[in-house]
Amino acid sequence: MMTTKKLSELAKTIRSKNAGTDKITFDVIFRERDVYEMVKRSGALTRASVSALFNIGDNRITDFVEYDPAYAIKFTILRPRPSGSPGDPDIFGAQQYAPLLDVDVTVDA
Amino acid sequence: MTKSLKVICPNGHLGFAPLKTESFRIAVEAGTDYIAADSGSDDIGPVPLGSDTCASPRAWQEHDLEVMLLAARKTGKPMIIGSAGDTGTNSRVDMYVEIIRDLARKHDLAPFRLGWFYSEVDKEAVRASIRGGSPVRGLDGRPDLDEAELDATDRIVAMAGVHPFRALLEEGCDVIIGGRSSDSAIFAAAALHEGFPDAQAYYLGKVLECASFCAEPYGAKETVMGEITPEWVEVTAMHPEQRCTVASVAGHAMYERSNPFHEYVAGGLLDMTNCHYEQVSEKTTRVTGMKFVPAEEFRVKLEGSGRLGARFVGMAGIRDPYTIANVDAVIEWARTQVRERFGDDGWELHYNVFGRNGIMGEMEPLKDKPAHELLIVVQGVAPTREMAEELTITGTRQLFYARLPEVKGTAGGVSFVFDEVMEASPGCRWTLNHTMAVNDPLALFPTHSEIVGSDVLETA
Repeated sequence: MMTTKKLSELAKTIRSKNAGTDKITFDVIFRERDVYEMVKRSGALTRASVSALFNIGDNRITDFVEYDPAYAIKFTILRPRPSGSPGDPDIFGAQQYAPLLDVDVTVDA
Repeated sequence: MTKSLKVICPNGHLGFAPLKTESFRIAVEAGTDYIAADSGSDDIGPVPLGSDTCASPRAWQEHDLEVMLLAARKTGKPMIIGSAGDTGTNSRVDMYVEIIRDLARKHDLAPFRLGWFYSEVDKEAVRASIRGGSPVRGLDGRPDLDEAELDATDRIVAMAGVHPFRALLEEGCDVIIGGRSSDSAIFAAAALHEGFPDAQAYYLGKVLECASFCAEPYGAKETVMGEITPEWVEVTAMHPEQRCTVASVAGHAMYERSNPFHEYVAGGLLDMTNCHYEQVSEKTTRVTGMKFVPAEEFRVKLEGSGRLGARFVGMAGIRDPYTIANVDAVIEWARTQVRERFGDDGWELHYNVFGRNGIMGEMEPLKDKPAHELLIVVQGVAPTREMAEELTITGTRQLFYARLPEVKGTAGGVSFVFDEVMEASPGCRWTLNHTMAVNDPLALFPTHSEIVGSDVLETA
């Protein structure tokens, strides 16, 4: 049977942080391999889904990686302007992950 | 060569928050061959580099340097610090060197050799590279550097690799203060100096550079210990409650970088694609399978920051739901008043609307669902202090007078916590995130050393 869960119920870590001055990188890390594999299979996190979620063009996603050694899905985006330019409200890029918490994932119940 | 080497790291960004002394003490008592930490980051934004300041109080930096120096001199083990004072500019290196000299005097330490190197790059050297036909290449989608962008830059630092650290270790330095440097190079230099292979040495640096960020449960500023042999690297949490697990160590490889498999340093690439992680004891994980690929051309990363002008900040709150629904019109009103006073350009005015999309801007999925109250943070940047102040107070106070057709509250459109604007750090911008080719890995990093302690005066 299939059911829907929030990504925040499945992942142990969901975070964002600067990767250098021009990019922000997002990590979604799972505790167990089977949950990680299930989320990968669900297609809830893809280049297309995060591009839609964050309202950014695909050309702003520089990397999208499924990182098996850490049971992690990771993607990186270009900032609209370099970190800490006047008007940038998140110099560290540390509060950009919140929309990921509520992503719906279809899972095997 | 030595069979194995131990290096401890007590802080992933020395001085940014004080190191925790208990796990550091445990690590020193367990026995280590080197004590090392990185003090830099570009996370802190362009202001410290653009204005040549630190991001943290000097007292915290002195605290960490004192704890590390006393342990290093007591045990006779070398101490290495990279990216002095957040940015690794010349003035920050000089400041750390001065702190070390003062600490040696304060504690009456036996003589030791103190080495340091600089990382600042003269703009004219970069210009010469551009004019000489060697493009200064942009990273992360930036175009190659042109002279206009160079002219807009106030200060440039080059990211050192292992080379200046190794040169100073060769000289027999006991304490090394580095200008801007790759985090991993600080630790890798020690391992390479002791004869360990590139791949393991750079991996050691990669895993240690953020201290306890490679351990779990989460707890920053705790010491971790790395051990290297020609075959593997092991990393051990020193805090009694922390462990380095396969998950925490593998997970750390992706922290703050766009790709978890590759780490670029001056002179090559650490390839972690085929790393194998193994829990060898409760607190220790062993890593094998790393590779190092030397670069064909020696390119050094440059960071540059340019000052845009003086900056002031104002704040205004909104509670009226009609005004909240029309906040963009309110902001446009204030902006128009600024334009009428100061013209169309030569200044910057930024509004962050907290309670709507203040943190995420255009990326905010809920930007059409504002909260019942908003806080607008206003930033004005202009060439002079006087202009920036008037600009910002115009851009803030005119929010109060915005003319919305249906508003019931005609006595004032916003709330003020302060009816004033506050001077902030200057507005700055990252102008360089580029690489430049150099022939000599040491060319941009002049080294110096001297004997410190017990009033010995000798300079090499």
